[in-house]
Amino acid sequence: MFRTVAELVEIAESENILISEVMIRQEMDVKNVAREAIMRDMEKNLNVMEKAVEDALQGVQSVTGLTGGDAVLIQNYMKEKTPLSGNLLLDAVSKAMGTNEVNAAMGTICATPTAGSAGCVPGTLFAVKNQLNPTREQMIRYLFTAGAFGFVVANNAFISGAAGGCQAEVGSAGAMASAAIVEMAGGTAQQSAEAFAMTLKNMLGLVCDPVAGLVEVPCVKRNAAGSTLAIVSADMALAGVTSRIPCDEVIGAMYRIGKTMPSALRETGEGGLAATPTGQAIKEKIFGIAATVKE
Amino acid sequence: MKYNSVFDIIGPVMIGPSSSHTAGAARIGKAARNLFGEEPAWVKIYLYESFAKTYKGHGTDFALVGGLLGFDTDDPRMSKALDIAKQKNIKVEFIEDDAKADHPNTARLVIGNSSEELELVGISIGGGKVEITELNGFALRLSGNHPAILIMHNDRFGAIASVTRILAKYEINIGHMEVNRKDVGKEALMVIEVDQNVEDRILQELENADHIMQISKIVS
Repeated sequence: MFRTVAELVEIAESENILISEVMIRQEMDVKNVAREAIMRDMEKNLNVMEKAVEDALQGVQSVTGLTGGDAVLIQNYMKEKTPLSGNLLLDAVSKAMGTNEVNAAMGTICATPTAGSAGCVPGTLFAVKNQLNPTREQMIRYLFTAGAFGFVVANNAFISGAAGGCQAEVGSAGAMASAAIVEMAGGTAQQSAEAFAMTLKNMLGLVCDPVAGLVEVPCVKRNAAGSTLAIVSADMALAGVTSRIPCDEVIGAMYRIGKTMPSALRETGEGGLAATPTGQAIKEKIFGIAATVKE
Repeated sequence: MKYNSVFDIIGPVMIGPSSSHTAGAARIGKAARNLFGEEPAWVKIYLYESFAKTYKGHGTDFALVGGLLGFDTDDPRMSKALDIAKQKNIKVEFIEDDAKADHPNTARLVIGNSSEELELVGISIGGGKVEITELNGFALRLSGNHPAILIMHNDRFGAIASVTRILAKYEINIGHMEVNRKDVGKEALMVIEVDQNVEDRILQELENADHIMQISKIVS
């Protein structure tokens, strides 16, 4: 069983297999089940992600009315104008935000690694798909590659905002997506690790400050940031750019930063954006009680 | 390792909005329901730290109750769980406790009917994964990664041997085991994580073993 990214890359290199294959083999071993069953289970998750993106592009609204509809706005803009950030990037942003709009609207999603950060992995997948034309199996493998990196983070640091802030959620999700993009684009295992490190480095310190304690503001748009960074870091890694700080040490840094983050900034809805005058007004409007402000 | 499967990371499939506050909460509720063995008539739910501050926004309230009603994380009835409990005349009470907890997402569930009561503490560690850290006053660490059997027994010599002998007979391998007692010679709890699911006939045999009071099973 691999415990670190270094070990994961080492197994992939020495056995000359993809990261996704390392994850699939480990899962077969841990669960003691056949490859077909594992591939089938992951395809079910892929189908849920695909359906969530489809629903989002039809337009959804959360119960509070705080989020929903932005994925559609972006898609319309792409049809009418030439986006400055490019079609692929903006398509990923739209699908990542869309997935989280469905989540906020209490629709069905697949947590990757969490519900609040569920947009980054599918958002990037269904955007890069249009350029890379993967097979269905490669799309399933995308999720195993993302999962392999998330597995290391979950076991060495944390993946919940309450434990480590948003860097642990959207930071991990975006970084997982970068690693998966690199593999799908034909990069090496080490390049996946470089891309992961570069995304997570740029997410370090990100706090979890949900307005009114809802997984809406700023969560939906943070998935836009996570998926953008994922694609840019993947491109950087594929271009040969490397991280000066090794991947596992970046994960270690994320852990230590999360450990010293005050509780007001770890999913309590007491600090950051939740504590702004508008954030408090929203809470008061929805729940009829003023927000507790602590920082 | 806290997480041992890729499906802990890519998954679960769930009804939004939060994996730790909704899906994890539902799983804590469901664990309590499974251990209690039937639908409770009343539930008191104590929430701590992040759970206490944000439970309404995150749907932690309906998720815990949904789990107690036996719903899975992707059950479409999840967001209506509070209404459904009301229709079933289940008394539900939430208490925001400002005491410090070891984990930011902690819930203490006290559930019961006219004759029995169960108290369980669960933590939601992220991505929908949970751990049960306390049961009826016994500290334990149940990951939910594997099927497990929980055995209430009398603290007497031979109680553990009588259980492990039966498991050995059916070639059931023990992955992790904990024994905890309230006091010498008093009530005790055995928590046994196993590699495969334990059939009902084996549970029956365990229940009839020496010094055993009660058995419940958790399927991972």
